[in-house]
Amino acid sequence: MIHTITRRAFLKGTVSTACSIAATSSVVKAAEALKNGEPIATLIDITKCVGCEECVHACKNANTDKYPKPEKPFPQMYPSGVKTEDWSDKTDIIERLTPYNWLYIQSAAVDMDGEEIELNIPRRCMHCTNPPCVKLCPWGSAIQLDNGISRIDSDTCLGGAKCQTVCPWLIPQRQTGVGLYLDILPSFAGNGVMYKCDRCYNKIAQGEIPACIEACPENVQTIGSRDQILKQAHELAASMNGYIYGEKENGGTNTFYVSPVPFEKLNEVIEKGKGKPHLAKVANSMETGDKLAMAMLFAPIAGVVGAVARFYSMSKKDNQ
Amino acid sequence: MTLHDKIIRYFYMTTFAFLTLTGFGQMPIFKRYRIADIPGLGWLAEFYVTHAMHYIFASLLIGLCSYLLAENLLNARQELKITITGYAKAVMILGLIITGGLMIFKNLSGTPYSPLWSLCLIFLIYRYVWFFLFSA
Ligand code: HEM
Ligand code: SF4
Ligand code: SF4
Ligand code: SF4
Repeated sequence: MIHTITRRAFLKGTVSTACSIAATSSVVKAAEALKNGEPIATLIDITKCVGCEECVHACKNANTDKYPKPEKPFPQMYPSGVKTEDWSDKTDIIERLTPYNWLYIQSAAVDMDGEEIELNIPRRCMHCTNPPCVKLCPWGSAIQLDNGISRIDSDTCLGGAKCQTVCPWLIPQRQTGVGLYLDILPSFAGNGVMYKCDRCYNKIAQGEIPACIEACPENVQTIGSRDQILKQAHELAASMNGYIYGEKENGGTNTFYVSPVPFEKLNEVIEKGKGKPHLAKVANSMETGDKLAMAMLFAPIAGVVGAVARFYSMSKKDNQ
Repeated sequence: MTLHDKIIRYFYMTTFAFLTLTGFGQMPIFKRYRIADIPGLGWLAEFYVTHAMHYIFASLLIGLCSYLLAENLLNARQELKITITGYAKAVMILGLIITGGLMIFKNLSGTPYSPLWSLCLIFLIYRYVWFFLFSA
């Protein structure tokens, strides 16, 4: 039999403490953290998610104004093999990430204690603490706010999709035919604008909580200051003997999934592919850069040592 | 030109060529223009590869410049003729190293985003202008 784990089902089980955090108190705490502009994070308790997709629709409604409005026909691309990406006729697709859908529900049928259960996993940008999409954007169009939100400025993004390539989960999605590139050399540089979850930064700036969190009837997500939320994630994980995803991944993110089943197992059964991110372990993308930067500090020393060594060997030769 | 100077010159030109190549690799152009499709050049489209290489060649350039600077200081009394363009070049390279260094600092894990960012945009413009001036 396939069960769907709901919050109520879980309350009846051994892990009732998992749900001890009342929705109202968490919202109050969240509002404080959001107002202070301190780093914020979300906890996603996947045992509670029933896969109703209320959050997905809420995200769409709240962010419609930010969605691309491409001009057609698209400019001819050179070289001619360059592919354009058009989602403007497929705006109602909700089973993957697209420029018009920044959140979707992944499902995983897994075996737990001999019983097959189905878990639902809301997926979107993780809001990494040192986001490669932001740090490596060559135009400074991907930005990170003080509160840890990463977002892509649709006014300056050229749609080269580097942020997607360097993102360990390939989150940002491209729409051709919009943005700044149209005003420069549309056939030769750029290819549209990249879109992804911006954690409803505009709502947060006004002290409101993100649309997906507000809409969820099961209180799957909790938002608040990163320290607080991380502590909560550990308590929740401990209470269900479970696992956390997002604390260490890519050197740390601001999204903590908590699951009673190891994420490696979930990763095996979820559908993965374009616009459908994995749940595998992720090493810190920026770590090599960090290490090379440290090594770089020795470059001037090495140079000077080399010059001094040569100077002495030359003056020795001169003296002979 | 002594053998030493020849080696330095060769080293400088190679470092600079790779810095420029990997610097361009920071932009998503090698894949689009199918340069990465040329056998042996696929790595040009691997952002983390060109990123690491850019750092390594930047280290080499910094090492080389420190070497030359130290050597000039040590040999201060010997005759040295540095032309105006020589000085201009030195200042430009110093500018590249300083702006590059700041960008590396910005990339470090734990560097908060804010004020450096708008500056970085200016560095980028500096870099692009630099290119057009000196590639001409
Ligand atoms: C001849 C010298 C150099 C050339 C031609 C060059 C060129 C470039 C170019 C074209 C970019 C791409 C623009 C961008 O994505 O930001 C870039 C990025 C960068 N360069 Fe250089 N560069 C040079 C020297 C240096 C040096 C000496 C350093 C460090 C000390 C450095 C550090 C960086 C860094 C950190 C980035 C940004 C990478 C990123 O965040 O994506 N560069 N460079
Ligand atoms: S998950 Fe990807 S898109 Fe989101 S912040 Fe991290 S690197 Fe950027
Ligand atoms: S935080 Fe906002 S933008 Fe992100 S998935 Fe939720 S509703 Fe969508
Ligand atoms: S609204 Fe809540 S329960 Fe429904 S799919 Fe989204 S996270 Fe899951």
